[in-house]
Amino acid sequence: MSLGKLGYYNPDKPMENRITDIGPPHYYVMFPPVIKKNYGKWLYHEIVETGIIKRVSETGDTIWVIRCGAPRFMSVEHVREICDIADKYCDGYVRFTTRNAIEFIVTSEDKMKALRDDLMSRKHVGGSYKFPIGGTGAGITGIVHTQGWIHCHTPATDASGMVKSVADDLFEYFRDMKLPAKLRVSMACCLNMCGAVHCSDIAMLGYHRKPPIVDDEWIDKLCELPLVVAACPTGAVSLGKTESGLPTVKIKKDRCMFCGNCYTMCQCTPLADKEGDGVVILAGGKISNRISPPKFSKVVVPYLPNEPPRWPSVVKTVRQIVEAYARDARKYERLGDWAERIGWERFFEKTGLPFTEKSIDDYRLAYDTYRTTTQFKYTEHAWAVSKAVGGI
Amino acid sequence: MTAEELAKVAEEAIKYRKEELGVKTEVKYEEVRIYTDEELKNYTDEDIKAFKCKHDIPDLLELEKGPWPSFVSDAIREAVHRRNLPDDKVLMAKDCVEDLLGQLQLSYIDKETHWKHGGIVGVFGYGGGVIGRYSDAQEKFPGIWAFHTLRINQPASKFYTTDYLRALCDIWEYRGSGLMNVHGSTGDIVCLGTVTEQLEPMFFDLTHDLGVDLGGSGSNLRTPSCCMGKALCEFAMFDTQDMCYELTMHYQDELHRPAFPYKFKFKFDGCPNCCVASIARADMSYIGTWRDEIRIDQEAVRAYVAGEIPPNAGAHAGREWGKFDIQREVIDLCPSKCMEWDGKVLKIDNKECVRCMHCINVMPRALRVGEDTGISILFGAKAPILEGAQMSLLTIPFMKSERPYDNVKELVDKVWEWWMEEGKNRERLGELIQRFSLQKFLEVIGVPPMPQMIKEPRSNPYVFWKEEEVPGGWERTIEEYRKRHPR
Ligand code: SF4
Ligand code: SF4
Ligand code: SF4
Ligand code: SF4
Repeated sequence: MSLGKLGYYNPDKPMENRITDIGPPHYYVMFPPVIKKNYGKWLYHEIVETGIIKRVSETGDTIWVIRCGAPRFMSVEHVREICDIADKYCDGYVRFTTRNAIEFIVTSEDKMKALRDDLMSRKHVGGSYKFPIGGTGAGITGIVHTQGWIHCHTPATDASGMVKSVADDLFEYFRDMKLPAKLRVSMACCLNMCGAVHCSDIAMLGYHRKPPIVDDEWIDKLCELPLVVAACPTGAVSLGKTESGLPTVKIKKDRCMFCGNCYTMCQCTPLADKEGDGVVILAGGKISNRISPPKFSKVVVPYLPNEPPRWPSVVKTVRQIVEAYARDARKYERLGDWAERIGWERFFEKTGLPFTEKSIDDYRLAYDTYRTTTQFKYTEHAWAVSKAVGGI
Repeated sequence: MTAEELAKVAEEAIKYRKEELGVKTEVKYEEVRIYTDEELKNYTDEDIKAFKCKHDIPDLLELEKGPWPSFVSDAIREAVHRRNLPDDKVLMAKDCVEDLLGQLQLSYIDKETHWKHGGIVGVFGYGGGVIGRYSDAQEKFPGIWAFHTLRINQPASKFYTTDYLRALCDIWEYRGSGLMNVHGSTGDIVCLGTVTEQLEPMFFDLTHDLGVDLGGSGSNLRTPSCCMGKALCEFAMFDTQDMCYELTMHYQDELHRPAFPYKFKFKFDGCPNCCVASIARADMSYIGTWRDEIRIDQEAVRAYVAGEIPPNAGAHAGREWGKFDIQREVIDLCPSKCMEWDGKVLKIDNKECVRCMHCINVMPRALRVGEDTGISILFGAKAPILEGAQMSLLTIPFMKSERPYDNVKELVDKVWEWWMEEGKNRERLGELIQRFSLQKFLEVIGVPPMPQMIKEPRSNPYVFWKEEEVPGGWERTIEEYRKRHPR
């Protein structure tokens, strides 16, 4: 244990005892004995109740994996509580999933039941569950997300607050498996998208809508101007001069699509704005190769306002999509497969989301997304067009 | 690898860590703990109820309501715990969690972030793993004026001993904010919030006491990650943990010292279900597959049909979907329509199967992936920045995945050499392939084209023929031409 401000580090001899390039701890040290013994020997699994997976090995061993939802942002106190539980029931081992769930592994049904009851009984003083069990099968898992206003410099919205609000609302689908297939909801607070939100059944994405403001006085001192120019994918940024003759950049505002890439390169071109920023909802993506190939999520709602702390418009919109999907899709059909089968016109009709011109691509290769067939379905959208040209 | 082979491989790797790298391979909490039991249990639920944050945070308190675990409730608990720790047992501002909540509340009012553009900070000799962060409201929130992030490389597929986690918690609460992401999107545990002077001491603690290194950030190899693989999943077709570990270790230099045009990600999925999203997120996606036949237990198939085993491992138990119908639920949904069921026997035309996993997912007790397994390798996925999102493209259909993965490393080296030579600043591999062409990429890695690389052949005939491909070459004179075709 190293105590004191500097610990093991000696600033006068910074290289002394420095260990580098050692990578992560070896995974094998972290495997519980039952995993070491049954590695590669698992025969099958069965979800015995929502959130609890029984796994059976050819050695005859059986384990129960209890999956709990977690906010990915957590304190050491929360992690210590996880450790207390893992020490009590799981011989001191625990694992986490890619979607930020906590998995406790036990080796008897009795322990499974005791642990299950224990987990569900633990609540924060504020009232929420600490370790809700769920997120398996045809339901939703935890919503993976990014940092938001808690810790990033480029977000167009908050992550943890919005995700908490949506997860509260969709809790019944986390605790039960009553959807046609699994539904993956993801959230990213800017276009950098730390996370695979672009291939999610439902994605919430923070987006700016005002072009950058240029900090003319400082930009040449703090940034490499040619790099800022080169950063812009639409060529909206060019070199220029301020009235007093200082080198700066000019923004062609009508060519900006608000990606924030210039700001990533240079702190003197901020985009964030109370009224400009908000949330895009995308739907119909997936990453699994099951039945149909992986798909991108598509823009179905181009903008919803930022409404902290509870983001009611986002919550309502996501629920609208989930409920229409739950009502209408066939067993095993992922949200995107459903939308493709019924047609996107029907998707907008059934979800009740307004279709706007913003869902029509006008970026590169936009034409690839245009429909070039006479196969379509009649919906109100179609009649509106017919009427507009006096066709009916 | 079998469990027995893995044990041997692991033993050697752990020995190497201990003897060659000179690091601790097993953490005992009692040996490295910083806090006493009394210090750890220094508050009650009553204290949390009575807690008043130093800032007004009405919007955040709203987020304590509802069933989903509240990050606000959790942060408050940490704030209480920190308040009650002795002053000499926290080196980062004691009230930093309260300041963080205060600043978040301010963002909820302003609807804008209050974090500045990151400064360049790090540990000596590394160009990644630490991300600088400063508040732009330092006067109001002095406890988080600097709030840098450290990425801590996770063990493959995120199994942990509680000894390790507890030790990490102590170190991080002592030298940092006690707040973290478990885990960040790339896979590391992300420690959120410490000051510059604590970065080196943190790094020394991590490497000396926990035997763990920082992860990647910036224009370098990002921390590779993998699915739970054979440790827990019957579908896994290669040793995801081992391959992830081996490549992470082999490319430590590329992970810590940025020399790339932009970030580069490896992700390892044991099967085409793609639980770690390699196909959407990795510049190089490794996905398990097989080339022989799906193993069928006809008896078990009949048990599914008879309704004795719930389909899809019980994934649809929350709703009444009616009796299992193998024709509708499996045969008809098979994307290559290569299955047949005559009421007694299930037949699969394996050479037509595209290994989508559907039938196996539905009847895991009757169908198993093949035994001759390996990996498919796909390249070029990325999120929309800059040129729009891309998914990985199928490039290597099948390759054996065997230690020490030399064939894969050779491939990686070729790809990187080209990308580092030709890639522009902030150009991901997928964009480079797009800018040059898939043909060029195939030339670089030395593989022939195959129809599996495309959805369909091109519909425009604008082929960039090379001169040597056309008989007689391109050098012609107009005089010769005019002899045949007078002006
Ligand atoms: S998505 Fe964007 S704003 Fe959000 S954490 Fe990532 S880089 Fe920051
Ligand atoms: S936000 Fe994007 S599109 Fe707009 S100026 Fe900056 S780089 Fe260009
Ligand atoms: S990707 Fe496949 S092998 Fe890996 S955990 Fe998921 S289902 Fe199992
Ligand atoms: S794995 Fe997919 S393609 Fe192959 S037989 Fe099963 S359902 Fe058909």
